[in-house]
Amino acid sequence: MLHDCTFFTRKEILQLHGRFHELAPHLVPLDYTNQPDIRLPLALIVSMPELKENPFRNRIVEVFSEDGQGNLSFNDFVDMFSALCETAPRELKTIYAFKIYDFNVDNFLCKEDLEKTLNRLTKGELTPEEVNLVCTKAMEEADLDGDSKLSFSDFENMISKAPDFLSTFHLRI
Amino acid sequence: MASLKEEVEEKKKLIATLRNKPWRMKRRLKLLKECQAFVEEFEGALGKGKGRKLYAYKVMMAKKMIKFNRDFDNFKTACIPWERKIKEVESHFGSSVASYFIFLRWMYGLNLVLFAFMFGLVVLPEVMMGLPYGSIPRKTVPRAEQDRAMDISVLLDFGGYCKYSILFYGFYNDERTIGVLQFRLPLSYLLVGVGIFGYSLMVVIRTMARNSDEGGDGGDDGQFTFAFKMFTSWDYLIGNPETADNKYASITTSFKESIVDEQENQKDENIHLRRFLRVLANFLILCSLGGSGFLIYFVVKRSQEFANLDQDDLSWFEKNEVEFVMSLLGLVCPPLFETIAELEEYHPRIALKWQLGRIFALFLGNLYTFLFALFDEVNAKLEKEKSIRNATIWGLNEYYSNYSSYHNTTDIPPPDIHPADVIRGPCWETAVGIEFVKLTVSDIQVTYMTILIGDFLRAMIVRFLNYCWCWDLEAGFPSYGEFDISGNVLGLIFNQGMIWMGAFYAPGLVGLNVLRLLTSMYYQCWAVMSCNVPHERVFKASKSNNFYMGLLLLVLFLSLLPVVYTIMTLPPSFDCGPFSGREQMYNVVMETIENDLPAFIGNIFTYATNPGLILPAVLLMVLAIYYLNATSKNYQNANLELKKKMQMARDEEKNRRNNKENTNQVMQDLEDLLPNRSLLPPAAAEEKPPPVREKGSKSPKVAKRPGAAANGKGINIQKDVSLAAPNPKAAVTHPPGPRGPSGNARGPPPGPARGRGRGTPPSRR
Repeated sequence: MLHDCTFFTRKEILQLHGRFHELAPHLVPLDYTNQPDIRLPLALIVSMPELKENPFRNRIVEVFSEDGQGNLSFNDFVDMFSALCETAPRELKTIYAFKIYDFNVDNFLCKEDLEKTLNRLTKGELTPEEVNLVCTKAMEEADLDGDSKLSFSDFENMISKAPDFLSTFHLRI
Repeated sequence: MASLKEEVEEKKKLIATLRNKPWRMKRRLKLLKECQAFVEEFEGALGKGKGRKLYAYKVMMAKKMIKFNRDFDNFKTACIPWERKIKEVESHFGSSVASYFIFLRWMYGLNLVLFAFMFGLVVLPEVMMGLPYGSIPRKTVPRAEQDRAMDISVLLDFGGYCKYSILFYGFYNDERTIGVLQFRLPLSYLLVGVGIFGYSLMVVIRTMARNSDEGGDGGDDGQFTFAFKMFTSWDYLIGNPETADNKYASITTSFKESIVDEQENQKDENIHLRRFLRVLANFLILCSLGGSGFLIYFVVKRSQEFANLDQDDLSWFEKNEVEFVMSLLGLVCPPLFETIAELEEYHPRIALKWQLGRIFALFLGNLYTFLFALFDEVNAKLEKEKSIRNATIWGLNEYYSNYSSYHNTTDIPPPDIHPADVIRGPCWETAVGIEFVKLTVSDIQVTYMTILIGDFLRAMIVRFLNYCWCWDLEAGFPSYGEFDISGNVLGLIFNQGMIWMGAFYAPGLVGLNVLRLLTSMYYQCWAVMSCNVPHERVFKASKSNNFYMGLLLLVLFLSLLPVVYTIMTLPPSFDCGPFSGREQMYNVVMETIENDLPAFIGNIFTYATNPGLILPAVLLMVLAIYYLNATSKNYQNANLELKKKMQMARDEEKNRRNNKENTNQVMQDLEDLLPNRSLLPPAAAEEKPPPVREKGSKSPKVAKRPGAAANGKGINIQKDVSLAAPNPKAAVTHPPGPRGPSGNARGPPPGPARGRGRGTPPSRR
């Protein structure tokens, strides 16, 4: 049934279950037919090799968790990898990218969100003036309605023109 | 009833698009359960009445079909080889290096299919149903060469037993049909030879179309630089700390570069010096290209002379001179071009494209010089063949006349000579095939050697000598090598070009290539993981993919030309290969049409090849191309217009908000051109207060337009009112003319709340 809700084939879903089980073998049962409600905490999920090096790993897991704190059930786990997989459509990825980069979860990308994104990307190597300049420029470029924050339509309009978005915003499991 | 059916259809559609919705998994699963239950419940019910069985059957078949498709997809995914390996490379080196391996895997798939064609339709029938080795002259090593036929040196040169085997063209017999199944080998050979090109063309174009679809619309490079860098530069596939560190560093550098670019506009250096340097660089490179072309030609000519001498007198070097020189040029010239290109001071991306273009020209020039030299050789062989053929025919006639005069019968058996003793013509096709195989093999050797020495040995030296060396070998020179993506991809493309050219003359070549690609995959994966370090500037993979496909397409066309030319023009050898004895190779097709197919098909072909029919067809195709081109241009123009409109809308909206100067230069010029209102009669004085007050307030969106004043003037343009104010460059608070009234009602009143609701602007525009 999960097959219909995600972009994965049966083999891949079983593989995912194996990985989920590996993260916490004593918590996750091998048999999922009773739909047990097991949630793994954020710290365990971000220790996965695919996510370990990602500067946005915490945000990714938080976005896909139901409580917003990063505790993923298996369904959420599969959902996360499905949305970020190669065959997911652009529109779906754009929505999730917007949510991930929205640090203060207000459905807008305001300047602080941009600054946080930039600092995570450059590991604090840029001076504050440079950070300010980049964020201002980025805001200028993408902000269409002039409210000095990016709404989803601004973001979508900008991302739709990005040539590398689909190839970089993609996790392989 | 119908509405129920509609609902069922709707639910089915919902199930199909469920994975595209950005919902929580729980919600999706719940909805899925509901929809499935609904569909199952009512699908059976719908089948009441007439045709119920048929409906139920249809539904069951549809379900089975879906299940079958799903299983087939699962199976297909399971069949894709090397997925883990490529993922490992990807996580260490980023998506660009992995794209090379994906390309390699794609090539492997292509070659596998070509090999299946060649093997199944040409080699296998000849081996199973054709005559065995030693039975006829063309399949036997001539007496003169027999004592050396097993020597390793001869075999490595593809002479001896290799030459007279299924690997090469000369082995195949020209009987029209062979074996119990009446398999038409010559026809099959010709069709497979041409079909290889057709299939490759189809696959390449299909892949290009698929790639260009995902590439997005390209977008304006300058429009969203910083936004793109911020949101799309991190490669989520990176899973290795070293690569991640590199990525951080490269992102930081890239931001710094853009910041510097932004801060200083144009570094207008000495344009003349730069132009001169660029012309100089191009001149130098053209010289070296010309030099390398001449060198190849010279070497091939020499090898022709060598071929006339006795093979024993030549050293290994002299025998393999051509391949050696070509590989050497391929090694030396690209770094040379890179060094010369530093004079040009281009942007790195442009420099890379120039570099690729130059290397491409180098390889192309070399390959074509090689081909022309080869053609000279072929012509020489054809001349020789004529004399041998005359001699053979003369000898045969002599034998017949002697026999008939001796035995006085007309029923003369064929001459009883051992196949090895028959005089053999110089089979030019086999010679060409041998040349291509030798070239491919030497290319393989050079590539593997380069990796072994250039990467592995270098890595070993850096690692182990570092303990006892004065400077840090790992950080400074030479350090570990980076994976040269473009060089490797170009090498792969050109190798494939050679295979395409040579496959017609050496059917075994495709099999050789399959083996080569297989070993290459494992070897290079190992080499990359153990000897290379990730790039400093992690190369972006996406846009270039179609570039490489485009190069492949070009190489495909270029390699098609010689083969088609030889099929159409050159006469086949008289005593070897599947087309021997015929005037032209394509005569096989004519013969088949005449003899094997029913008469009317022959008529159809005669009509179809009538110039009167072909010319209009060609004309029609040209017109279709012209029409499609024009349509596509129109779409592009419409696209540009829309973009401009969007840009204007953005600018004006920003203007409204920011109360800054008019960013649109044209509007600015128009403003300046309007007559100076201060020279008007005193009536203008009344209007001054409202605009001044207007300017004083910080609210750009307010509806308090000095419309009254404008109306009083009878001119509706906003600008002249603002001109009346002391600062003619006051904000354009509304776009001129017809849009005014709508702007009035829009938007919340001014104030600190600059945020706006989301809904209003798009609907207005």
